[in-house]
Amino acid sequence: MVVAADLNVAQNIGFGIIAAFMIAGAINVVRSSNVVHAALSLVAVMAGAAAQYLLLAAEFVAVTQVLVYIGAVMILFLFGVMLTRARVGRETDLNNRSWALGIPVALLMLGVMVYVLIDGFGDDHLEPAAQVSTAELSDSIFKPFLLPFWALSFVLLAAVIGAIVLARKD
Amino acid sequence: MLINEFLLLGAVLFCIGVYGVIARKNAVMVLMSIELILNSVNINLLAFSQLHNNLDGNVFALYIIAVAAAEVGVGLAMVLLIYRNRKSISLDELSEMKG
Repeated sequence: MVVAADLNVAQNIGFGIIAAFMIAGAINVVRSSNVVHAALSLVAVMAGAAAQYLLLAAEFVAVTQVLVYIGAVMILFLFGVMLTRARVGRETDLNNRSWALGIPVALLMLGVMVYVLIDGFGDDHLEPAAQVSTAELSDSIFKPFLLPFWALSFVLLAAVIGAIVLARKD
Repeated sequence: MLINEFLLLGAVLFCIGVYGVIARKNAVMVLMSIELILNSVNINLLAFSQLHNNLDGNVFALYIIAVAAAEVGVGLAMVLLIYRNRKSISLDELSEMKG
């Protein structure tokens, strides 16, 4: 087992606080009876995820997470909530009739994953973060991953055109 | 730090997202739960990237962020279309494919 001296205490305290914040936010996303509150909790989870990426020394991904998720995706969600005229207050019928089925499924899955992870990665340590430089990351995207990058550009283009075609009134 | 801290956080967020996908009826809430799942996968990818000291995980995480943005755009367009046709986005009522 790990002794306390092996652990980097400040990082662990930071991780614990952010993780608790994220889990509370995530539970609020799936429990809240108010669509707008759920969307704002999702913002909290995504901001926490960006902070975890910083702890993992992935600064470019963290900044992208803030720009794309908190900046763009959440605005889309709020537009979706408003355009489908969800009531801003509480709603009673956000859940399925059989919503309770989700609890055992999620708990079973969590149990299996926790067992496998603890069995497989028991006390593997992360090396003290070697900073990922954005220049190396861009070299990696534009040299070995160039073809997937192009494919992804076409996916985004198709998604934009598809969204316009689906949502326009004619 | 232990890598398991990040992996277990990812597992917990994933399961909360799965619960949300199963339990929610409102289509926008289901899309939000899918975003939770994608975020938990990103945390795992970055943790493994750091563990193996290899940049590929970071690249995959960026691709997942881009695909998630595309998915939300198309998904919300479909939700708007369903709302316009049926005045409701309750997934329980979309049962025409039941035999």
